[in-house]
Amino acid sequence: MPTFYGKDIASRLMLGTAQYPSPAVLADAFRRSVAGIATVSVRREAGGDQAGQDFWTLIQDLGVAVLPNTAGCHSVREAVTTAQMARELFDTNWIKLEVIGHADTLQPDPFGLVEAAEQLTDDGFEVFPYCTEDLVLCERLVAVGCKVLMPWGAPIGTGLGLNNIYGLRSLRAHFPEIAMVVDAGLGLPSQAAHAVELGYDAVLLNTAVAKAGDPAAMAEGFARAVEAGALAAAADPMEPRDMAAPSTPVLGKAFL
Amino acid sequence: MKIIVNGEAVETTSLTLAALLTELGKGDAKVATSLNETFVPKTLRDTQTLTDGDRVEVVAPRQGG
Repeated sequence: MPTFYGKDIASRLMLGTAQYPSPAVLADAFRRSVAGIATVSVRREAGGDQAGQDFWTLIQDLGVAVLPNTAGCHSVREAVTTAQMARELFDTNWIKLEVIGHADTLQPDPFGLVEAAEQLTDDGFEVFPYCTEDLVLCERLVAVGCKVLMPWGAPIGTGLGLNNIYGLRSLRAHFPEIAMVVDAGLGLPSQAAHAVELGYDAVLLNTAVAKAGDPAAMAEGFARAVEAGALAAAADPMEPRDMAAPSTPVLGKAFL
Repeated sequence: MKIIVNGEAVETTSLTLAALLTELGKGDAKVATSLNETFVPKTLRDTQTLTDGDRVEVVAPRQGG
């Protein structure tokens, strides 16, 4: 099971809390997912509105670790200030750092991401950077103090799965000591299983569960998938080959 | 004085950030604050003065992915 910044988490599934049809459906999905970490955000609250307090009570009742994000931030300053506000609100040094560089793809801004990660690490944060599978970017993130890497599978909310399997495999091999999570773009449990089969410690997803017709059932599907992936990864999978090889012995076949 | 709170113009007589939150009904709410794009910890709201044209953000826990 994964360890993030010294904290053991009893699940390979990290689940977002947005876009569910209702708070009750969210809570049911979390129970079925057995997720160990919930991602949350900070947003403006209108005068008299108590939605924030109600949501916080719901999250506390889930009994999971909380990972606040800086979703929607397009500059280093925005991301750092948002992280500071999140730290006070959620009483955690953990931050899922998003510095978005492109509005259409929601692709991370690699330059801003490294700068913000360095500032936050220096300020005592434990940074979970939402990044791409770019090896050089990830080296810089590790160099400024990140002990977790969270490359995307595909752009946020697309459900396209693992767009660059070679890149993800290469990245995993390059950082054997770093906890790694495939974050974003997953649409099906089979894609989550694949990520864990590649050696990733966990997956982080939201839309695939929240927007499913039956979020709780899909949550359990993802939970089983990541466990299947972990079993396979630990079981020393066979090497793929190009040519067929009969599994049934040829020797002893009857001459007919 | 006139300030901006969460993007909207607000006329206030509050002289500090803490007083403003009380005026907004958020004195005891689970919120975090920034002033002119800089984080203001809860412990400093009492002494953080406001001036005309300040931009205040008041945020709360919310769903996220």
